[in-house]
Amino acid sequence: MITSLSWLKNHLSTKANLNQIAERLTEIGLEVENIKSSNNNLDNFIVCKIIKAQKHPNADKLKLCDVDVGSGSLVKVVCGAQNARDGLFAVYASPGAIIPKTNMKLKIVKIRGIESHGMLCSGYELEESSDKEGIIELNKKEKNIGDKYFKSIGEKTMDIAITPNRPDCLGIRGIARDLASSGLGQLKKQPPIKINQKFKSPIKVSIKKEKGQGCAIFGSVYIKNVQNKESPDWLKKRIISLGLKPISAIVDATNYVMFDLNRPLHAYDADKIDQEVIVRNSKKGESFEALDNKKYTLENNMCAITDKSGVLGLGGIIGGTRSGTEFSTKNILLESAYFFPAQTRKTSKILNIDTDAKYRFERGIDPDSIKLGLELGMCMILDMCGGEASKFSIVGKIKDERKTIDLEPEKFSKIIGFSITSAQIKKILLSLGCTLRMSGKKMKIVPPTWRPDIKEDIDLIEELTRIIGYDKVPLINPEKENIKDTLNYKQKLFHFVQRSVASKGYTEAVTWSFTDSKTDSLFSELKKEIKLSNPISTELDVLRSSLYSNLIIGAKKNIHRNFEDLMLFEIGPVFKGSKPGEQSTMISAIKTGKYSRKNWIEKERNFDVFDIKNDALRTLNEIGINDSKIVVSNNTKKWYHPGRSGLFSLGSSNGPELAYFGEIHPSIIKKLDLRTENVLGFEIFLDNVPESRKKIREAKPQYMVSDYQKVVRDFAFVIDEKYSSGAIINLVKKIDKELIKSVKIFDVYQGGNITLGKKSIAFNVTLEPKDKTLSEKDIDQISKKIISTVQEITGATLRS
Amino acid sequence: MENLNQIESEILNKIKSAKDRSAYDLIKTQIFGKKGIITELFKKISDLEQSERKEYASRLNSLKTKVTDILEKKLTDFDQSEINKKLKNEKIDVTLPGRTYFTGKIHPVSQVIDEVTSIFSEIGFAVEEGPDVENEYYNFSALNTPENHPARDMHDTFYLNHSRDLLLRTHTSPVQIRTMLKGKPPFKIIAPGRTYRHDSDQTHSPMFHQLEGLHIDQNVNMGHLKGCLYYFVKKFFEVEKVKIRFRPSHFPFTEPSAEVDIGYKIQDGKIKIGEGDKWLEILGCGMVHPNVLKNVKVNPKKYQGYAFGVGIDRLAMLKYGINDLRAFFESDIRWLEFYGFDPLDVPTNYRGLSR
Repeated sequence: MITSLSWLKNHLSTKANLNQIAERLTEIGLEVENIKSSNNNLDNFIVCKIIKAQKHPNADKLKLCDVDVGSGSLVKVVCGAQNARDGLFAVYASPGAIIPKTNMKLKIVKIRGIESHGMLCSGYELEESSDKEGIIELNKKEKNIGDKYFKSIGEKTMDIAITPNRPDCLGIRGIARDLASSGLGQLKKQPPIKINQKFKSPIKVSIKKEKGQGCAIFGSVYIKNVQNKESPDWLKKRIISLGLKPISAIVDATNYVMFDLNRPLHAYDADKIDQEVIVRNSKKGESFEALDNKKYTLENNMCAITDKSGVLGLGGIIGGTRSGTEFSTKNILLESAYFFPAQTRKTSKILNIDTDAKYRFERGIDPDSIKLGLELGMCMILDMCGGEASKFSIVGKIKDERKTIDLEPEKFSKIIGFSITSAQIKKILLSLGCTLRMSGKKMKIVPPTWRPDIKEDIDLIEELTRIIGYDKVPLINPEKENIKDTLNYKQKLFHFVQRSVASKGYTEAVTWSFTDSKTDSLFSELKKEIKLSNPISTELDVLRSSLYSNLIIGAKKNIHRNFEDLMLFEIGPVFKGSKPGEQSTMISAIKTGKYSRKNWIEKERNFDVFDIKNDALRTLNEIGINDSKIVVSNNTKKWYHPGRSGLFSLGSSNGPELAYFGEIHPSIIKKLDLRTENVLGFEIFLDNVPESRKKIREAKPQYMVSDYQKVVRDFAFVIDEKYSSGAIINLVKKIDKELIKSVKIFDVYQGGNITLGKKSIAFNVTLEPKDKTLSEKDIDQISKKIISTVQEITGATLRS
Repeated sequence: MENLNQIESEILNKIKSAKDRSAYDLIKTQIFGKKGIITELFKKISDLEQSERKEYASRLNSLKTKVTDILEKKLTDFDQSEINKKLKNEKIDVTLPGRTYFTGKIHPVSQVIDEVTSIFSEIGFAVEEGPDVENEYYNFSALNTPENHPARDMHDTFYLNHSRDLLLRTHTSPVQIRTMLKGKPPFKIIAPGRTYRHDSDQTHSPMFHQLEGLHIDQNVNMGHLKGCLYYFVKKFFEVEKVKIRFRPSHFPFTEPSAEVDIGYKIQDGKIKIGEGDKWLEILGCGMVHPNVLKNVKVNPKKYQGYAFGVGIDRLAMLKYGINDLRAFFESDIRWLEFYGFDPLDVPTNYRGLSR
């Protein structure tokens, strides 16, 4: 909402200046977003006096002038004009000014070695005369020094953000009323109207009684024998200050009233109305050309203003060209109506029309302002265009839905934190237009018709707080007491695992929850992708079902910038369906490129599966899942390299899935043009991580160590390649769970002299006796048992 | 007996003559071996007269001790000279770089969520969460924003179906509703999370982060709201003094509603929070509207309280001098490494929020 001080002063008598008013408006909830001068540049031209004009030391034809511009100190200006002389009053343009003739912006420049701070202007440069020779000579007095040379054409305006609950402040009078209430002046009374309205409007108006009728009241006045014309300057300026284009006196008058009183009006060329006005629900397929020069085809049940020939306009939204006023218009019908907010909003949404009238009707117009609007609009039109006005025709009525609100002053202090006297309450509410009476301790309050937002006591409490000032609300220091733990298990896990993965060298990315469906489908097992109805772009058209999609898109951008060795992760939601809660929390990481690249101390090598496996496993360990509970299997997903990926699951290979890890499928790398040989990744299902019933300290067994020496023995077998290392480890461990502390594979070899289909595998077994030192015999015995067991079960042969 | 002195000097000369470790080992055997000089001398004790035995044994023992010490010293000298010889050849260029290591980073949004959580944890708030996909009721209607309310225009919404009842939450406020529906008052929660609006330009991202706050109890008034937010802003920006302005505003789910501005100035091209005469809007807040409480079956005659919503990304931008919101989500490794945080920097009360 835009207003100027002078317009505001039509409704408010105040001594406050623009800045004070702007500050107060912000304090009471009408936030001034900015203050604009309509033409700043012209303020840069100032009446000055040349105190001294000397010859420029480095140029014969130039003069160096000391100029008084009213700023307190003299300004040095270099000037080429012959008539520049001591004591002359002239026009000074300051640095930053744009010279009207040339459109050049003045800067501080050195002219022949001396800085010139601005310029003295000729009539030619100001487009006032063709005189290029000398500077303008003014006939002014000392007291004029520093005055603006140009009279301000426009006034400064304030742009005020009006919240959707305050339709009344979409009119300048509403803003003035709030200012008056806050103590910054008095609201002026509206001048009474005295117009001789003798005849009855010849145009019959009716509102059809039907379900969903969007119009409650239709007021109108018929004005005959008008002479439409351009608006006078004062009105044009105000219309321009609103950011609108002046059209004609009649249209400008309707706009003026809309912004002045928040009272939209519409003027019809009465001669173009076919017989009568009927306000009725539209029928699907009806169409009309609106004043925005677009043709609209209507649905059923939109509020249409019609005549015998069809639709004239959409009530509360926009008029039609068929009945529009023109300069040749002779007779008009001026409409002032009430349209319901919900219907107005619905229709404008469907047809995608946004107008100032619609913006106001959907927020709620004062239903009592019908007559006031007609009066002001009629007076302005009669003033500017002459003519004769009919009696008002006001059809329809609206139920007054305002309720009497009970307000207890104690409730104010209970909610706001400080108390207020009944006298204060009365004063403020009355000034806002409420009516009020006391009933015991309670106040009975009826809000004004222009405040549809005030419905209950809390609304009044807000009004009171706002007008008294939020700065009066006391500051109560917070208590430092916790009702419950800050984080629950899942949340703690989230924060822990985030830093766990980052500490392994991965950099956290936060990417959008939506992604490109083509990429996402590569990492998805969903039967149906989760499409957005209105995506921001076609590349962001689905909710992600995997964190890989955006991570890999992100990696690609980096790789294409030659940042090819990357470790990225993200923690966040992935989506399984389009209903609330059909999402799970994952952490996924990718690494691509080389572990070390051209390095003097290490062999250059790519990141590989065992890097990513380690990262995933260590992360699982760190979040509290013991190795003994984690089972590795070669179960995998379609987006991984089928031979170089696996699954960590809980308890058994078909237990809850903890994490997949492995190399991303080479065909995906190719398809997405990643320009790298390898992408490794892991994805941890945080929702599958069980919450331990015990704290770590509670779950630990007693501390026990053996006093006896540990023994390590190496074994090597040639074994069928179908046996995985993990299977062999498990097999050996089971032989003597007490004695065998660990089994570690240290060599795996295939090819060479090893028969096809077999592999050589070497491992060492650590024995930790608990009750005695192992003798050679003991060791021999267990070694034999290990050898025979492995041989019997797997058919392996011992390597010597 | 007298020849013990002579034997001693012979032995010492022998030891002195040892040039290397193998000579040394040989000499040691010659002295202490099975048939060694000193071993033989000890064997002689039994041949002596009772009267001479004691003195002889004593002298022999001290000789043994002396020789042993000298031998040990000689051995240490050998080891040392061997080490010294080795050290001469073991010189490396320590200016060469070491082995590969990797440092990860925490995203500024995550870091700020942790900072903010730490602050609110101190004053008794617990963390709640809600789904990113919401239905129309939780996101709007339950929050006193009925269909056709113009306030909905401020929330450009992503929809998941054509009937428009499934959507991506436009704010974290639906968590208020979910929290109150599943529990009983008092409520004192914060809810950080992802939020979505159909808006994309230099200063808007279709996804951003918010932090919701809610405190409902029997006597929580607007003064508590003010105190809580002052506390938060001061702690978050880690400044002694801070200028804050509560400005009346409108949100359908709070009444009275306020927007909160903080004072700032630009110094040396950088923003300085807490001083200066410019105002920057950082959050919206207010007293929870009785209709919202009614919607979640909390008796508004008995319970009241406040709610607030802060933009987390904006907080991060202000505190850490980040200019471009959109860069947050672009996964540019250069940006992430520049603005990211060390994973060991866990914001805490006792260690401070930031280094």
